[in-house]
Amino acid sequence: MANTTITLEVYRYDPNGDGQPTYRNYDVPYREDWVVLDALNWIKDQVDGTLSFRWSCRMGVCGSCGMNVNGRPKLTCAAFLRDYLPGPVRVQPLASFPIERDLVVVLDDFMAKLKRVKPWIIRDDVNELDGGEFRQSPAELARYKQFSMCINCLLCYAACPEYAFKPGFVGPAAIALAQRYNLDSRDRGREQRLDVINEHQGVWECTFVGECSAVCPKHVDPAAAIQQAKVAGATDWFKELLMPRGARAHPGPRRERANVSEQAQSTSRGGEP
Amino acid sequence: MNPRPPEKWPGNWWFTRSPGYFRFMIREFTSFVVAGYLVFLLVFLYRIGQGPQAYASLMEMLRSPLSVVLHLLVFAAACFHAVTWFNLTPSIMPVRTGEERVPDALLAIGAGYLPWAVVSVVVAWALLR
Repeated sequence: MANTTITLEVYRYDPNGDGQPTYRNYDVPYREDWVVLDALNWIKDQVDGTLSFRWSCRMGVCGSCGMNVNGRPKLTCAAFLRDYLPGPVRVQPLASFPIERDLVVVLDDFMAKLKRVKPWIIRDDVNELDGGEFRQSPAELARYKQFSMCINCLLCYAACPEYAFKPGFVGPAAIALAQRYNLDSRDRGREQRLDVINEHQGVWECTFVGECSAVCPKHVDPAAAIQQAKVAGATDWFKELLMPRGARAHPGPRRERANVSEQAQSTSRGGEP
Repeated sequence: MNPRPPEKWPGNWWFTRSPGYFRFMIREFTSFVVAGYLVFLLVFLYRIGQGPQAYASLMEMLRSPLSVVLHLLVFAAACFHAVTWFNLTPSIMPVRTGEERVPDALLAIGAGYLPWAVVSVVVAWALLR
């Protein structure tokens, strides 16, 4: 390979400085098996120890090292330098998030939204431990498994023009996780998530650009989750409209299915010592 | 030590940043073309109702080269719009049989392309027989 070095144009922002970001160029040794994160670590080791960025597992699991690489949100541990030859490679913090320092972004907004969609199993009964586990069939698992693969890396938010222009949008990952629990046969919390998901800044803010799914490193397909939540919301709305008043208490086909599987569950659970 | 606000996206030209954004914009734009053509059809029907002379002059207008070119453009836009949405159908309304998801291609064909072809054949038969 002819290349011996490759140039990284790295976004630098010092909160104690003059408040203006700059780009600094670094010539990094080129190795075929190096990723952008390796190059950043080399810079921090060899050139400038003040360069700040988040990373942890360097194997696409922790979701910490997301950055905009040549304008596209990427896990830098999975962005090979060889795909950006001959360079330069522009490394910026994830778009649409406030910048703490250099390549480190502020995650508070997402954390607050994630909490609002209650991404955990909600039950309306209390189960004692000796009641045994909640059984789930492979088919029931398959319904939500894809949406459960999210690692909260926030590449989807950085790719979303809707979130860029309307920061109130609940956003791809949070809605995908809400949908993940809504589709879980053990969960009874769908109605509690409705006011966050079905509001204007929930699913209806999404115009289905689809770039969130295109950049997702775990193939979660948050765009699909949002559209499916729209379909469920619209179905609920029509049911509310058409059903006689007495039948409105628990709208939604999913709810009924959940109740059926709950009965099946209560007969299958608790047998094992 | 205040965080710096997010870097601004490039205003009205954000969709030039990636091919995915651009395809989205084209898809949305083609819906205006389709809607515009529906308005044209309504006006067309109204004019036809005004007698044989109006009908003859309309047919004359439709045969003009400009009209043919415009129709081809509208047809292309309508096809692009239909095809992009047909291809998105499987992610909006996935169908499962047990653990397996019905393959996306099959769903797009069953819910989109096949009915489209059938309706087109019926319409063509009704008009051309």
